[in-house]
Amino acid sequence: MPQVTLTVNGKAASVEVEGRTLLVEVLRDKLGLTGTHVGCDTSQCGACVVHVDGKAIKSCTTLAWQVDGSTVTTIEGLAAADGTLHPMQEAFREYHALQCGFCTPGMVMSAIDLVTTHPDGLTEQQIRDGLEGNICRCTGYHNIVKAIAAAWPVMHGRGTLAAAAE
Amino acid sequence: MYDFAFSKPTNVADAVKLLGDPDAKPISGGQTLIPVLKQRLNKPTTVVDLTKLGLSGITVTATTVTIGATTTHVTVATSADVAKAIPALAHLASHIGDRAVRYRGTIGGSLANNDPTADYPSAALALGATIKTDRRSIAADDYFQGMFTTALEPGEIITAVEFPIPEKAAYVKFPNPASRYAMVGVFVAKGPKGVRVAVTGAGQNGVFRHTAFETALAANFSAGALAGLATPADGMNADIHGSAAYRAHLVDVIAKRAVAAAG
Repeated sequence: MPQVTLTVNGKAASVEVEGRTLLVEVLRDKLGLTGTHVGCDTSQCGACVVHVDGKAIKSCTTLAWQVDGSTVTTIEGLAAADGTLHPMQEAFREYHALQCGFCTPGMVMSAIDLVTTHPDGLTEQQIRDGLEGNICRCTGYHNIVKAIAAAWPVMHGRGTLAAAAE
Repeated sequence: MYDFAFSKPTNVADAVKLLGDPDAKPISGGQTLIPVLKQRLNKPTTVVDLTKLGLSGITVTATTVTIGATTTHVTVATSADVAKAIPALAHLASHIGDRAVRYRGTIGGSLANNDPTADYPSAALALGATIKTDRRSIAADDYFQGMFTTALEPGEIITAVEFPIPEKAAYVKFPNPASRYAMVGVFVAKGPKGVRVAVTGAGQNGVFRHTAFETALAANFSAGALAGLATPADGMNADIHGSAAYRAHLVDVIAKRAVAAAG
């Protein structure tokens, strides 16, 4: 069976795959990283979003062998070794940007990509447009948008979450 | 999904050879093919990856923008060169699917698939693009041959798409609020090939040129020139999202917006 080698959350992983094996199946079933969710399995909901070579993509719509050799970051790879949350995770907590939590891993991964790719600023409309591919059925999105706006200065070294909350 | 073998050729000749097998399917970003395979609507024995062929990249000259087949939507959307030469094209690319899809999906994949609600076919047709393949060049007017149907021969691979730079152009889409596919999308262009108007999402046979609008706009390139010209509902797509009459009306509205946006 073909082998695929990935670096997942900083660790090398070599797994056997079939042609049809999805990246999300490797992450969840072979590597036990169940933080990445499968919501719709039809490319629409974004619960499966992970970073592949720094880009937020849908792991349910990516075959594992397509990304052979890539560096993958999942929700499990965001917090520091001592448990300190990533600024985006902290912002989601601070702003109550989740209820049931099912969409949250994908939301956070998409949100980080959105902030990273907008170093000059991020408007509310850009955040809302940027979340087109992530569906949340609980929150109504408002607090997710607030959390992302609050995380932007923190991630770009221009402020703190506490300052954004005031 | 049924299982399949996969292959990652590193040159076009090898890819064409592999695709000579009628049960082989090409994959680029896979943002359409993978959902299709999940639904078991296709059963290839081998999936051939086209992303290692060196077909990605954008070249801009004084008169043309050429985009390699495996160039992703996000690359086109964020290209300063494209934004300067054909801003409507960068705008279109920035509204395909969603951000995650745009990181994977490619222009060649979109044009080869020719989904009747895809965005890129309207740009290729309105701008009078040339589709370059491993064996020939195909004018957009000859390339699109109906829903999911193109002039591509079995195993023929798109290598690049060449767009003439227009004097002005704009693309306006009325997206389905759930899927983001075009309910109706209208690309208008005034350029070296005259005034051309291409409509995606609406027609039963996929993207089409709106010749009545083109004639009116050639005489007077303004939204007002389209006043009173009602698109007939015959041949329009009808589904749970909208009737043929609804789509025909949307074509009129969106075309006027596109002309106004082109300035």
